[in-house]
Amino acid sequence: MVSRVTDDYERMALAGCLAVCEPAFWAGFDRGSAAGFHDYFSQLTDHEPKRAAKFGLKHFCWLCINSKEAEDLKLAEEVMALVPKFLDRPNVLGIGEIGLNKNSRNELRVFEMQIDLAARHHQLILVHTPHLEDKLKGTRLILAALQNDRRIRPEQVIIDHAEEHTVEMILDAGMWAGLTLYPETKCTPARAIDILENYGGERLWLNSACDWGVSDPLAVPKTALEMAKRGHLGDAINQVIFQNPKDFLSQSPKFKALI
Amino acid sequence: MTRQQVLDLYFLDARHRLIEIAAFLDRVERAGGEGDFRLDNFRQALAELNGRKRNRAKRVLLAFSDPTREPIAKAQAKGACGAYRPLR
Repeated sequence: MVSRVTDDYERMALAGCLAVCEPAFWAGFDRGSAAGFHDYFSQLTDHEPKRAAKFGLKHFCWLCINSKEAEDLKLAEEVMALVPKFLDRPNVLGIGEIGLNKNSRNELRVFEMQIDLAARHHQLILVHTPHLEDKLKGTRLILAALQNDRRIRPEQVIIDHAEEHTVEMILDAGMWAGLTLYPETKCTPARAIDILENYGGERLWLNSACDWGVSDPLAVPKTALEMAKRGHLGDAINQVIFQNPKDFLSQSPKFKALI
Repeated sequence: MTRQQVLDLYFLDARHRLIEIAAFLDRVERAGGEGDFRLDNFRQALAELNGRKRNRAKRVLLAFSDPTREPIAKAQAKGACGAYRPLR
C-alpha cells in the first residue's frame, strides 16, 4: 500500500475488506543502499499499520529483498541481514515476496538464501513468480529450490501470480497457489474463477495487487461479484475469498490473534 | 452454468476481444518494416485457438513461454516483453 493513496484504504474498507497483507516489493526504482530498505521495513511495520487502522483495516506485511534487486549479491546480503530484527514486529507474517524475476543465477542464489532465512526463523513464505514469458521457467526453478530444502513445509508456502500453465505444478507440490487479479496482466477475475472451477478451491487464494502499475485494490470484491454472477453460492464465495487466506495466514500466530 | 448461460454472460466481451485481435493483426500487416519474435509467438499462440483442443488458455500461455530450464547468467533488464526470444 506504500504506492497507494489513503482513499484506497477507505474503498477497501467500504467493500468489506478486513485486512491487508502487503509484501515487501520493488519500489519502481532500485534503492541505492541497504539503508533504504531499513526505512522501507520501518514504513511497512510501523507507519502503514497506523494508516490502515484509521479505516478499521488490519495491516500485515512480509519482509525480504525482492527479486528485481537481487542481482547485486552484496546489497542482497546486507538487506537480508536487516530482516531478522524486524521479524518480531506484530504485523510481520513471514518472508516475502521472494522469488525470481528474470531467472538469473544471482536471483536464484538470493532466493535460496532467503529460503534458508525463513527456515531458520520458522517463517511462512510468500513467493513471487516471474512475469509473462519468464513465469513457466521461473516457477519450475522456484519449486525445485523449495523442494531441495527439507526444512520447508509445503503447506507453509504460497506461490503467487499463478496462471493456467503453472497452477497445477504448484498444487501438485503441496503448496498454496495465489491467483493475482490484475486488469491487464496476470489473471482477470473471469480466468481466476475458471481456474477455481477446474482445480477446486483447496489451497487456492485470490489476491489483488496495489502496486505502482495498473492495478485494482478492489479486484477481490469484484471477483466475488463475478462468482455470484456465475451462480456460485455465498458459502463457496466466502470459502475462497475469505476462509482460504485466513486458513493459510492463521499458521502465523500473529494473524490468528488479530483476525 | 449451462453453455447458454456462459454465452449470455461472456459472448459479447469475447467477441469484442476477438475483433480487437483481428484489428491488431491488420494494423501490424498494414505497417511497413519487419516483424519480430513477438509476432511469431503471437501467430503460434493463435494456432492454439483452432479446433476443439481443450485448455486453450494454458496452451496460449505455453506458446509465449521460455521453454528452457537453466538459469541465465545475468539479468540484463528487469522487465518482460510477453514473448520468448531464443538466444542466438
